[in-house]
Amino acid sequence: MPETKKFLYVNRKAPYGTIYALEALEVVLIGAAFEQDVSLAFLDDGVYQITKGQDTKGIGMKNFSPTYKALGDYDVNKIYVEQESLDARGLTLDDLLPLTWEDEDDDWAEKDSIKVISAAEMAKIMEQSDVVFSF
Amino acid sequence: MALEVGGKNIETDEEGYLENRDEWDIDIAKAIAVAENLEMSDSHWEVVNFLREYYEEYQIAPAVRVLTKAIGKKLGKDKGNSKYLYELFPYGPAKQACKIAGLPKPTGCV
Repeated sequence: MPETKKFLYVNRKAPYGTIYALEALEVVLIGAAFEQDVSLAFLDDGVYQITKGQDTKGIGMKNFSPTYKALGDYDVNKIYVEQESLDARGLTLDDLLPLTWEDEDDDWAEKDSIKVISAAEMAKIMEQSDVVFSF
Repeated sequence: MALEVGGKNIETDEEGYLENRDEWDIDIAKAIAVAENLEMSDSHWEVVNFLREYYEEYQIAPAVRVLTKAIGKKLGKDKGNSKYLYELFPYGPAKQACKIAGLPKPTGCV
């Protein structure tokens, strides 16, 4: 077995208007095939990527937010959201998509993927990652 | 490229995937299957329908590993393995079944 590395994908931009959010999601899904230890971080305007009730009709773009719900199927179940970024935008955990994963070793119990953490804790997670991709 | 179904021309890309997912219907699926040299059985349709439902919910076609796991969970362990799926779709379950289901090529599928 090759050594498993800790990958962290950092998402800082709003979902539409630039291609960063969609590209990041695609890279995560493709990268998931390599069975590395993958985490996602959402901060700054990036927290809007995983908000509920996105409606893109007015801008003529595909609403790709349902795809975040597939992350659990791809064994991507460590999703960190920065508390300060939510606070600054008047958002709470309830405004975010209920992202979950099923634990095969626990009779397929459904578990939450999202952890809301402080900026200081986020810094630690970045520090502990082997590879950080910033989008 | 185009596919002729019931006197209508259906646009596909150079690999045979539908250009417009909304045009899909059962006759188009059958025509794609013929082009792929596949004889569709109930087991084939089961996978194709599963993929369409998955796409509807998540807006992506799942990678093979994800498809295998999800099929196993929904249709039973005896079907949730790559041997079963490759027997149905010899050129790759995600690739061939997605094409027949009128979906884009799975993300990360090479």
